[in-house]
Amino acid sequence: MIRLFNVSKRFGGKLALKNISLDIEQGEFIFISGPSGAGKSTLLKILYLAENTFEGQVLIDGMNLSRISSSKLPVLRRRFGIVFQDFKLIPTRTVYENIALVLEAAGKKSAFIKKKVMQVLRSTGMEKKAKAFPLTLSGGEQQRVAVARAVVGEPSIILADEPTGSLDSTSARAILDFLIEYHKKGTTILIASHDLHLMKNTIQGKNIELNAGRIIRTDIML
Amino acid sequence: MIHFLKRALADIHSNKFLNLITIITIALSILVVSVFLLFFENAGRVIESWNQGGRAMIYLKKEFNADMLPELKTKINSLGDIDEMVYISKAKALDTLKNSMASQTTFLKNLKENPLPDALEIKIRSYNNFQEVQTLAQNIKAIDIVDDIEYGQSWLGKFLKIFNLFKITGYAMCGFFFLMALFITANTVRLAFYSRMLEVEIMRLVGATETFIKAPFYIEGLIQGFLGGVLGLGALLITYLMVSSGITQSLASYVYFDLRFLSVKMVISIIFSSTFLGWFGCYLSLKQIFK
Ligand SMILES: Nc1ncnc2c1ncn2[C@@H]1O[C@H](COP(=O)(O)OP(=O)(O)OP(=O)(O)O)[C@@H](O)[C@H]1O
Ligand SMILES: [Mg+2]
Repeated sequence: MIRLFNVSKRFGGKLALKNISLDIEQGEFIFISGPSGAGKSTLLKILYLAENTFEGQVLIDGMNLSRISSSKLPVLRRRFGIVFQDFKLIPTRTVYENIALVLEAAGKKSAFIKKKVMQVLRSTGMEKKAKAFPLTLSGGEQQRVAVARAVVGEPSIILADEPTGSLDSTSARAILDFLIEYHKKGTTILIASHDLHLMKNTIQGKNIELNAGRIIRTDIML
Repeated sequence: MIHFLKRALADIHSNKFLNLITIITIALSILVVSVFLLFFENAGRVIESWNQGGRAMIYLKKEFNADMLPELKTKINSLGDIDEMVYISKAKALDTLKNSMASQTTFLKNLKENPLPDALEIKIRSYNNFQEVQTLAQNIKAIDIVDDIEYGQSWLGKFLKIFNLFKITGYAMCGFFFLMALFITANTVRLAFYSRMLEVEIMRLVGATETFIKAPFYIEGLIQGFLGGVLGLGALLITYLMVSSGITQSLASYVYFDLRFLSVKMVISIIFSSTFLGWFGCYLSLKQIFK
């Protein structure tokens, strides 16, 4: 369902990704690991077209990302639930409104939105902060809101960029278990993280290790 | 839909000052425009009454006799857009005169011969344009059997010229204020948009369509335009109520003067235009931002 052929990305003269070829099937659980600056975020950004100039081909559910029209772009993005490395919460809207936005943009009914948003807030332990504004929350709390927003639309693919980066190991564990729940329901999950240690011994998945923009190792974790 | 309205209201709330300035600017523009409209509507009516609703009197030469009437009527009708035409024979004119001057009938009774001419009273349909009336009158006067034609007063023509000049200035002012209001609205939307760039970017990333993103801005523009229109007309109405009774009282004794507020139709179209103005300002600035 996600296919990359020889994808390279340059920033100025510097290569951030070099000849990446990947094949990801529906329902896979993928870790993208590697040190800081390896190109993990860049790889995810290409998938949701926050970076739209790259070499090579990317296919998602048959859509060729180099040829996607601007009117189809929202359709592509609604397939994803994205946890951004920098959270990207709207500071002028409450936690509740930030999460509800995804469903409003998808044209859902308000009764459904209310039910659904409260549900994800409960399961991420953020229901008490529904009316709070993002900047009044701790980094870990903001991260949980970001995760809640990523899953609320029941996306077929979750892209999570360092979803546990600001969390202590217990909370990180909880978020990971939360994402694993979605994986069990059939959601494809891509997690970019330098903290491979946390991921080990959790679930069967594929680890793709990046370094300096290249895939240096791919292994199956059990 | 309700969602967009909520968002628009929330934005107006968070940008109170900017929105207030915009609404006041629109209101002022609408006020200026509607003052002109009010003035023209009333002045037009007054002038119309002075012009006796486009009436003119055609006096005929002595040689005229009633047999020539049908031919004359067709001739005059062919010259212009005549609403109605009434033949007043000299005998009838004399009767009317006698009736209206009952006390001096002895003088009239002593008349051996009727000194009055035969006449035709006509009503011209399109009498707004004085020039037209003038040309028509000249053409009628050129008919052989016509002795003279009397219409309006010559000062009315001069007055109308000034009035029309004034009208053109009025339109120019209206246009100027319209553009100013448009510019201010477009600018408010632009500022609102830039202040929400981050929000817009995030909305795009979570899959919102451009329509979804833009709709609240449009609704904001519509609300600004509508409130501006209502406020401007409200101000006009208050001023009108305060001033009108005074004017009517002091002038009614001199001239026919029937001061009226703008018609309902006019009020609706002004509010509609100002709402459209809000929308259009928004359209222009989003078009520029998204190009
Ligand atoms: N917008 C940009 N302009 C220029 N260079 C960029 C840009 N974004 C990323 N890079 C560069 O591309 C490389 C890969 O960056 P990327 O953000 O993908 O790393 P990462 O693996 O996500 O690192 P981290 O673990 O720190 O998040 C880095 O060297 C970075 O400096
Ligand atoms: Mg990164």
